Amino acid sequence: MRIGVFVCHCGSNIAATVDCPAVAEQAKKLQDVVFTTDTMYTCSEPGQNEIIEAIKEHKLDGVVVASCSPRMHEATFRRALERAGLNRYMLEMANIREHVSWIGKNKERNTVKAFELVSIAVAKLRNDQPLYANKFDVTKRVLVIGGGVAGIQAALDCADAGYQVVMVEREQSIGGKMAKIDKTFPTVDCSSCILGPKMVDVSQHENITLYAMSEVEKIEGYVGNFDVQVRKKATYVNWDNCTGCGACMEKCPSKKNVDKFNEGISTCTSINIPFPQAIPKKAAINPEGCLMLQKGKCGVCAKICPTKCIDFEQKDEIVTEKVGAVIAATGYDMFDHSVYKQYGAGQYPDVITSLQYERLMNASGPTGGHIKRPSDGKEPKKVVFVQCVGSRDPAVGRPYCSGFCCMYTAKQAILTKDHIPDSDSYVFYMDIRSPGKGYDEFTRRAQEQYGVQYLRGRVSMIYPKGDRYIVRGSDTLAGTQVEVEADLVVLAVGAESAKNAPALAEKMRISYDSYGFFMEAHPKLKPVETNTAGVYLAGSCLGPRDIPTSVGQGSAAAAKVMTLFSKDKLESDPQVSRVNTSRCVGCMKCAATCPFGAIKEVTDRAGNVKAEVIETVCQGCGICTVTCPQGAIQLQHFTDNQILAEVNALCQAQVDF
Amino acid sequence: MSISVGYYPGCSGSGTSVEYDKSTRAVCKKLGIELNDIDDWSCCGSTPAHTVNHTLSAALSARNLVLAAKQGQEEVVTPCPSCLANLRTASRKIEDETYRPKVEALLDESCEKAATVASTLQLIVEKVGMDAIKKAVVKPLKDLNVACYYGCIMNRPPELMQFDDSENPMAMDNIMEACGATVLPFPLKVECCGAAGGMPRKDLVTELSGRLLDVAASLNTEIIVTACPLCQMNLDLRQGQVNRANGTSYDIPVVYFTQLLGLALGLSAEEVGLSKLVVDPTPRLRFAGVL
Repeated sequence: MRIGVFVCHCGSNIAATVDCPAVAEQAKKLQDVVFTTDTMYTCSEPGQNEIIEAIKEHKLDGVVVASCSPRMHEATFRRALERAGLNRYMLEMANIREHVSWIGKNKERNTVKAFELVSIAVAKLRNDQPLYANKFDVTKRVLVIGGGVAGIQAALDCADAGYQVVMVEREQSIGGKMAKIDKTFPTVDCSSCILGPKMVDVSQHENITLYAMSEVEKIEGYVGNFDVQVRKKATYVNWDNCTGCGACMEKCPSKKNVDKFNEGISTCTSINIPFPQAIPKKAAINPEGCLMLQKGKCGVCAKICPTKCIDFEQKDEIVTEKVGAVIAATGYDMFDHSVYKQYGAGQYPDVITSLQYERLMNASGPTGGHIKRPSDGKEPKKVVFVQCVGSRDPAVGRPYCSGFCCMYTAKQAILTKDHIPDSDSYVFYMDIRSPGKGYDEFTRRAQEQYGVQYLRGRVSMIYPKGDRYIVRGSDTLAGTQVEVEADLVVLAVGAESAKNAPALAEKMRISYDSYGFFMEAHPKLKPVETNTAGVYLAGSCLGPRDIPTSVGQGSAAAAKVMTLFSKDKLESDPQVSRVNTSRCVGCMKCAATCPFGAIKEVTDRAGNVKAEVIETVCQGCGICTVTCPQGAIQLQHFTDNQILAEVNALCQAQVDF
Repeated sequence: MSISVGYYPGCSGSGTSVEYDKSTRAVCKKLGIELNDIDDWSCCGSTPAHTVNHTLSAALSARNLVLAAKQGQEEVVTPCPSCLANLRTASRKIEDETYRPKVEALLDESCEKAATVASTLQLIVEKVGMDAIKKAVVKPLKDLNVACYYGCIMNRPPELMQFDDSENPMAMDNIMEACGATVLPFPLKVECCGAAGGMPRKDLVTELSGRLLDVAASLNTEIIVTACPLCQMNLDLRQGQVNRANGTSYDIPVVYFTQLLGLALGLSAEEVGLSKLVVDPTPRLRFAGVL
């Protein structure tokens, strides 16, 4: 075998703390190595050309690149090998950046370690075999989980491109948080007026199947071929016949249900359509409030319904869908402000959240768009906004910035002045974070044109005094304590991951961070992809996002799906487990440990039980190979022989530089 | 139920707040808690020691915890939150193996064995419990509007005190409710009263304690319930000063939670030391039928 070794400087990233020329020189002495060199940027075009030329000139059979993490550029170098006519799996990478130069400062020892990693890579490469991918079909349908603005955008883009879309929404209507918002920043246009048409497009698009009041129960399979089980929750209304006339809502005698759409500041009937623009515009019964379901008497809605679609016997239903890709756009939840006992949140009726305030300002909200105090219905003349409630506060486990609160608070302060011209607004803030297009101008407008008083400092406590509230905080610019008497206090609550997001992540086999937000495959270069092929992300399920970013990501995820669907056949990764049937004794321990269900039981011609790997399902994790008592199942490209060769190489006598 | 713990009254318990000490002992006896005084206990260092020398402060408090351990007490309770803060801080410091030798050098003895410490409030809440209190009440405090005031250090800093909510504690509220009182939601329950500022900066105390009395009065509070000798003193003894400084005329009685709890458990006014209070609570208690 003829091996070439390329040691990358990565500018000063590696070369500053590793003697790259010395590593290359020393590598010449390794068995089968016929060519070595060191290069400034191996991943650059001249760097890759150097590899290609060397392969041709020195008739190389395999290449070792000592550079960065394979996560970064393994695909790049594999393509370079292919261009030179080699099999793409005849490449090994030694990570001398993340594993050496970035973590140690001692150049001498770094150089030794870098060489050791190179010798390991050479030893493995000597045992590498060319591998070839299989091809398989793609189901050109996509599942979109979440019907907020990001999900809607993704679904419409895919549907317009001609692909079938299955949208699953947990709530009774799509629209997400954006549908609850009164106006958007910084353009102050009506949120539901710009979202509404898109929601209607979703319901009318021939390529979109919408399951509202539904949740994803199970996702099985692999890129191109997912089997999805969706639980359609019982609504006790036959939606095929419901016309959304609303007659049932008018007559329902149970009117004290918490109105979830209005964030709990008003009540609604047990049978309800959440808001006038709801999509689908269908009624559903809240079983906890329904007198018929709880006590067995009432049934007024069933008597009044002109299409006779009330069905108290309805049960949850499971439907199965086949899709080729998944877009998760499950959004976020608002922070539970009642954690802040010092703000009396949840106890004082006039200390409300920002989203509740949106509903108060919204024309289709419970007050018809008139700002009224929840306690006595009076118009507040002095409104205090408190920012960073559940953001940038390690004390409540939310050290991150939620990103959009600065902007929506400025918007709410401006709108307050529009609604009540003789009112005063105060904003307690920590920093103003408004980096988007037209954003900083907007927060300035709030201060300069609308006279909103901005006070820099955290609020320490809020307490009632008579029928008003004292908001006490610090003004860190003036260096004093301040107290503001307010009629209404609005807490700008931050964002947290959606409820059950980690459970959904596990169903999709993607990773999530310590706060429950989903993780992208690369924070810079793969912002809507995940490490699981065929699963894409958009919007606030990745972390707090504003509307423009969510929409942008919805389109980006759709574009990724279209790229995937543009091929008629997909190539499988050949780095999967393979069973040596002559060694396999059919104990099936491998199948029991496989987390992906990728191993099935088969019988050979002689009637013996054998294990067989379903190549497209196998994720190449290697758990089966360490489980097998016979050593019969081997992960291709990471066989026992290859790993033992690596260990042996590491045990060789140390080389001094 | 038999509970036996070490007892550390602190200097205020034998001076400015004898009625707190007296009512605490009486209530504990009534609830079946045996309090064993630490022989030869000394001052915890109070406010001055830790502002001068941390090791000295730790040694002063640690001495008491070591004495208690020698007496066979695993746990010590104290009514005073300030003593509690000092004793807790000391016990945390002597757990640190690098810090302990410094304290041991000052005390000239080993701190390996030392008692843990809690407040009597915590003891009553956690070891006796509300159900037992409800059962033991013989004279319910009905028709009495009380506001519970914890002061700024009973529950803070939370990592050190590890008891109740640091922003909205409910321990005393729950006890008073178990005794049958109407507990008002007192929003300033963990605000500072001005503490020891009464000596150098009387104006601060009249402002801070004044605010507490203002809010309590606006809630129609009939009696303020406290758990801290200094808070009680600022609100009760200095209520006249506060009134003069702020142009108010409050006469809200300020009692220790153990005094009201004691009365509810059937103890006499004498047994809980009611006569030691400056603003006389007896008219209101009599009106409410407690006395």
